[in-house]
Amino acid sequence: MTATLERAPVSKKRPVTPARVALHVFLVVTCLMTLAPLLWAVYASLRTYDDTSVNGYFSIAKSLTFDNFAKAWEIGDLPHFYWNTFLITVPALVVTLLLSSMVAFGVSRFSFKFNIALLMLFTAGNLLPQQVIVTPLWRLYRLIELPAWMSESESLIDSPLGVILIHIAFQMGFCTFVLSNYMKTIPYELTEAARVDGASVFRQYWQLTLPLCRPVLAALATLEFTWIYNDFLWALVLIQDGDKMPVTSALQNLRGTFFTDNNLIAAGSLLVALPTLVVFFVLQRQFVGGLTLGSTKG
Amino acid sequence: MTAVQEKPKAVVPAGPPPRRRGKRATALAGTDKLVLALMLGIPTVVHLLFVWIPTLGSVALSFSRWNGIGGLEDIEWIGVGNYVEIFTEYPRFWPAVQHNLIWLLFLLIVPTSAGLLLAVLLDREIRFSRIYQSALYLPMVLSLALVGFIWQLIYTPDGGLLNSVLGLGDDPVDWIGDSDINLYAVLVAAAWRHTGYIMLLYLAGLKSVDPALKEAAALDGASSAQTFFRVTFPVMKPVNIVVLVVTVIEALRAFDIVYVINKGRNGLELLSVLVTDNIIGEASRIGRGSAVAVVLLTISLGFIITYLYQVFSKENRT
Repeated sequence: MTATLERAPVSKKRPVTPARVALHVFLVVTCLMTLAPLLWAVYASLRTYDDTSVNGYFSIAKSLTFDNFAKAWEIGDLPHFYWNTFLITVPALVVTLLLSSMVAFGVSRFSFKFNIALLMLFTAGNLLPQQVIVTPLWRLYRLIELPAWMSESESLIDSPLGVILIHIAFQMGFCTFVLSNYMKTIPYELTEAARVDGASVFRQYWQLTLPLCRPVLAALATLEFTWIYNDFLWALVLIQDGDKMPVTSALQNLRGTFFTDNNLIAAGSLLVALPTLVVFFVLQRQFVGGLTLGSTKG
Repeated sequence: MTAVQEKPKAVVPAGPPPRRRGKRATALAGTDKLVLALMLGIPTVVHLLFVWIPTLGSVALSFSRWNGIGGLEDIEWIGVGNYVEIFTEYPRFWPAVQHNLIWLLFLLIVPTSAGLLLAVLLDREIRFSRIYQSALYLPMVLSLALVGFIWQLIYTPDGGLLNSVLGLGDDPVDWIGDSDINLYAVLVAAAWRHTGYIMLLYLAGLKSVDPALKEAAALDGASSAQTFFRVTFPVMKPVNIVVLVVTVIEALRAFDIVYVINKGRNGLELLSVLVTDNIIGEASRIGRGSAVAVVLLTISLGFIITYLYQVFSKENRT
């Protein structure tokens, strides 16, 4: 590969050199290998059980059908689990962004003694392995009693509210870090001028700073959506009633429902992956931008 | 808790508060002070209550014997007994440590070098770069639980892709059932998802390298390989640290993928599994599980501090 590492002279029309061709061949092959597992799942999901049980999976399909998707949707009761996920993801996402933007605003616009210590606390919290937190959290949740209108189980355990709370507390670290880095790039004079004109702290935050943060908020919303949607552990541990689980954690039980029908498992998996895939294709720029912001700035 | 109590005090400046055009940002009206205190206080309390207090709880419980079901008064304090037990008797502990270490080394070698290579190849004016990048990023949006499901379709001895491609259809290898190889099979799947992320980090890192450095090296007669290893790579030290920390944390957190495959047994034991087994699995030895959690915490804290130092020391300078 050394040949391809050489930097081509900067010109608009580059000659087709063997090195360039080799580079493209290498990249195309790598990309195809990366996509292969997903394409294989798509292929398996489109075939019938009769076809694959007779001819095996590594064969030319006799016919292609969407039946497995319809079946997985129905047998797996997927709409129900999507709804559970929705009930957790949306509030968790909104509140996480709201609270972390407040902290970020505070630490980036005002200077006081504990600025950096506070920011470090949030950043460090987000890097902890979840298993360090989960056991006492699980017990704590069983201790906290709630009125029935807030949680059917009358405690934080087995309740969407409990999962929402830990998502907020845990994800806040990353968002605060990214948002405060971004807010620091907003000229200080801007809020200073607003302050002199008599704008309250809250107005400086809500009407001045937040609108300027729209691009980062969009990037973070995209990222956090995928992360919260993809969460497996929190809901698995904190929700004991399989019926209340969000879709990612429910996968485990779905497998029992689908038995050993791999076509159905493939279709079910793809259906579960669908929301994140859609987000990725539509909002890829935000997704990548969010990850880059979180890692290199600061 | 000290941070919470002291924060409002920190916001309050000494001297008469409502002074306009005073010192920058410190002269705040009474309501503004309260609003700011709440804006910082509420999130901090939530974060401390649900993240740091349970973390301290793990440390405390690691010195106890408790089944986790009974009331707090059932907790029996036994000192370092749990640590002695996991280090000397508990048969699943050292295999789990070994698997986590292999996990870490594998992620540090395979996806990191692959991601770096791809980033270097794509960080140039090259046609279709966006399309290549999209394809390589794609696995990143899938949950590790789903990755486990999707790769089982490849590894299954029952008509899986890998056995068919290798021509082992008649005498298939049970890639995830055989405890000698299943860890590596799972690691390939995990690396599949991790590579795109590393590539993304390095692409951003490469973009931030001053082109003048590379030009200067080229003028001095360095080959592109020399330029890369002697100039570009060392300049990317901050990115390298981020990659290291991200990878270590990922290796310590690894859980979902082994759990969906076989609940972390038979060759796939990980520290994370030993912790969760006490709450959702068969064991219910909260103290012993917490001691394992503290081992995880200790390892991760070293890297978290490295990361904080890297990120925030820059902050202090400016």
